[in-house]
Amino acid sequence: MNRKKWIGNIVKYTLYALVATFFIWAIANSYFDYIFTQSGTFLVLLRQHIVLVLVSSILAILVAVPAGILITRPKFKKAEWLVSNVANLGQTIPSLAVLALMISILGIGFKSAVFALFIYSILPIFRNTVAGIDSIDKNMIDAAKGMGMKPHQILFRVELPNSAYSILAGIRTAVVLNIGTAALAYVVGAGGLGVWIFTGINLFDNGFLISGAIPVTLLAILADYILRKIEYIVVPKGSRRIEKA
Amino acid sequence: MISFKNVTKRYGEEIVAVNDVDFTVEEGKIVVLLGPSGCGKTTLLRMVNRLESISEGEIIINNENSKDLDAIELRRKIGYVIQSNGLFPNMTIEENVMLVPDLLGWSKKEKRERFEYLMKLIGLDAKDYGKRYPHELSGGQQQRIGVVRALAADPPVMLMDEPFGALDPIIRDKIQEEFLQIQREVKKTILFVSHDIDEAIKMADKIVLLRNGEIMQFDTPSKMLSHPKNEFVSQFFGKDRAIKSLSLHTVEDLQTIIGLGPVDESVQDTKTINIHQDLRNTLSMLMNQEADQVVVKNDQDENIGTITIDLVQKYLHFEIKGKMSASQEG
Amino acid sequence: MEKWLRFLEVNAPRILELTIDHAVLVSLAIVVALLIGIPLGIYLTTNQYLADTVLQIASITLTIPSIALFGVMIPIFSLINQGIGFVPAFVALVLYSQLPIIRNTYTGIKNVNPEMRDAAIGMGMKTHQRLLRVEIPNAMPVIMAGVRTAVIMNIGIAVIASYIGAGGLGVLITQGISRGDNYLIISGSIAVAILAIIADSILLLIQKRFTIKALTD
Repeated sequence: MNRKKWIGNIVKYTLYALVATFFIWAIANSYFDYIFTQSGTFLVLLRQHIVLVLVSSILAILVAVPAGILITRPKFKKAEWLVSNVANLGQTIPSLAVLALMISILGIGFKSAVFALFIYSILPIFRNTVAGIDSIDKNMIDAAKGMGMKPHQILFRVELPNSAYSILAGIRTAVVLNIGTAALAYVVGAGGLGVWIFTGINLFDNGFLISGAIPVTLLAILADYILRKIEYIVVPKGSRRIEKA
Repeated sequence: MISFKNVTKRYGEEIVAVNDVDFTVEEGKIVVLLGPSGCGKTTLLRMVNRLESISEGEIIINNENSKDLDAIELRRKIGYVIQSNGLFPNMTIEENVMLVPDLLGWSKKEKRERFEYLMKLIGLDAKDYGKRYPHELSGGQQQRIGVVRALAADPPVMLMDEPFGALDPIIRDKIQEEFLQIQREVKKTILFVSHDIDEAIKMADKIVLLRNGEIMQFDTPSKMLSHPKNEFVSQFFGKDRAIKSLSLHTVEDLQTIIGLGPVDESVQDTKTINIHQDLRNTLSMLMNQEADQVVVKNDQDENIGTITIDLVQKYLHFEIKGKMSASQEG
Repeated sequence: MEKWLRFLEVNAPRILELTIDHAVLVSLAIVVALLIGIPLGIYLTTNQYLADTVLQIASITLTIPSIALFGVMIPIFSLINQGIGFVPAFVALVLYSQLPIIRNTYTGIKNVNPEMRDAAIGMGMKTHQRLLRVEIPNAMPVIMAGVRTAVIMNIGIAVIASYIGAGGLGVLITQGISRGDNYLIISGSIAVAILAIIADSILLLIQKRFTIKALTD
């Protein structure tokens, strides 16, 4: 047991050391300098990035969750496999292409990027909403009906609380993915931190690369962390254990 | 009271799940729907609270035709217990149990009092268990909660779909006893689905034996065991139905008809048995412990006599077999 | 439609060539990822402490946006003069594949019915026999599901890798963007989608072929 822990610790601290080495090396070569020397531009890009992600994610949640609820109602149940298959197919289309094609529809700029990010974020949220609701034990719904709960009471008191974990996990996946895809918004001229990454690639400038890439990475990790905390708070205590098992 | 009047259930043109069923569950009685799987017993039960529609005929619940009532209102007046307890994992025990009263708009105080009363019925501490979640309870406890949840709004009628089917035999036995105890106090009109013959004999005031959606016999358990109407009924209850019927008789019955043996004070370490114990359990006790006799105690814990295998056999011969053969000849 | 036919007449060979490049890049990355991920996943089932660490690291890796990972890798690989091209793309794809492969191998084996494992031990199987004959075959569906996730993900990420000169179908899309040519963009995306569907179908077939009959429903 002790030897195993030892191996675990070696792996852990080696990785810490590697990450630390990377940062020391990057700082020593002044690869982060643009963040400070061009802090004005950096803040603009960061703000653009966050706005892109926020607007498109919120729109996607507002569309995908109700759509997922709707498709799991008995009336639309028959359409479910069709919609799910289309959604799965949609996921195989590269995000870059969705962005690029948006140019010819909405032109260059913010609108195009938001719309593309919005479309791309709908899928994971929609899929997880449907999966979450479908995974609820049918006996539970039967009991709810038998007790005289109305359809909307069943939805809000039983179905949604018990699929909250799955829905929120879908939202988290979508937002984290979205932060990465927003870095490609550069190609439709919508700004964001991707601008520095692409400038870095085009100019072979490590400074721009690192000053763009590291903040995007931290943004994604931070969003993931915050959304996990929110999940923990929002998901009802009793359903938490079951969903994770 | 629940009356089934020529009730039929069809799926499409071909399949008849329930065919022209006609019987009544009297006020405060338990009727068990018994039969092999696919006999239509669950369908019949679910037609009462309109989870299944009725193709033909009608179901009258306490003088009201179920068709004339709003399905939601109807269901809130009917307690419903299912095998997999159907507790909602996102709600605490108290929220689960008080769900229907909550839907009906009871006040906080009313709910609180009702919850404490119900938890007392099943012997669980309201304060301790109220805040827990279903997954923190054992299977037996969850099922008890499922039962009191159905009792929550004090509905006159209860539907129970194999409520104890998923429990292990020892716990099932205990909960059945407990439930009968509760029933003596609350006196609900209960329709109960089971596929377990012993459970049916134990729980039922009357049994409806179903086969392919048709009633084979509707009778009290003892009548059904002693006067099976047809080959199917007698086969369903099996060759050992004489022994099964022993569970319908208590030591007290034996005492009144043929009397108990005398207490022999010199014999030490014999087992004792309560006078209200059924004869089937008494017989297995006698056979298992290899004692010639078991001391019978009354409710005041006094030794009032002894019982032996011979006495049980005698009782079986005169009381049960006698009646059975008489009925077959007649 | 006519325009499409003309476009395809000119570009079909190139699209095919880029599709093959794309498939080769992804396949190589997956093979290497499997060689690392499966043994690691198996080992982790014996070391809970390391498992927690590794799975956490892998899950953080997966949250790193691909374009950002490329951005970080270029300066690092420049140190050995491989900043642009196949190497950083390949390494990134291997890294991204780790989480689904390791996690599914680990959970797949962990979830093998303990009674089955007990029976195997009781019959006197050695550890490697138990792994090869009982645990891995029974964990196969879960492991393969992880491989499929990794492959589909990598096909998408490899598109972006064209920006750092790794070739593949992303080239069609990036060129389409810079020239404003929707034909290039659409044909590139469709080729990517088809590649993903074909890869998924093939993996599903392999999964069925190597799954014991009793485990398929």
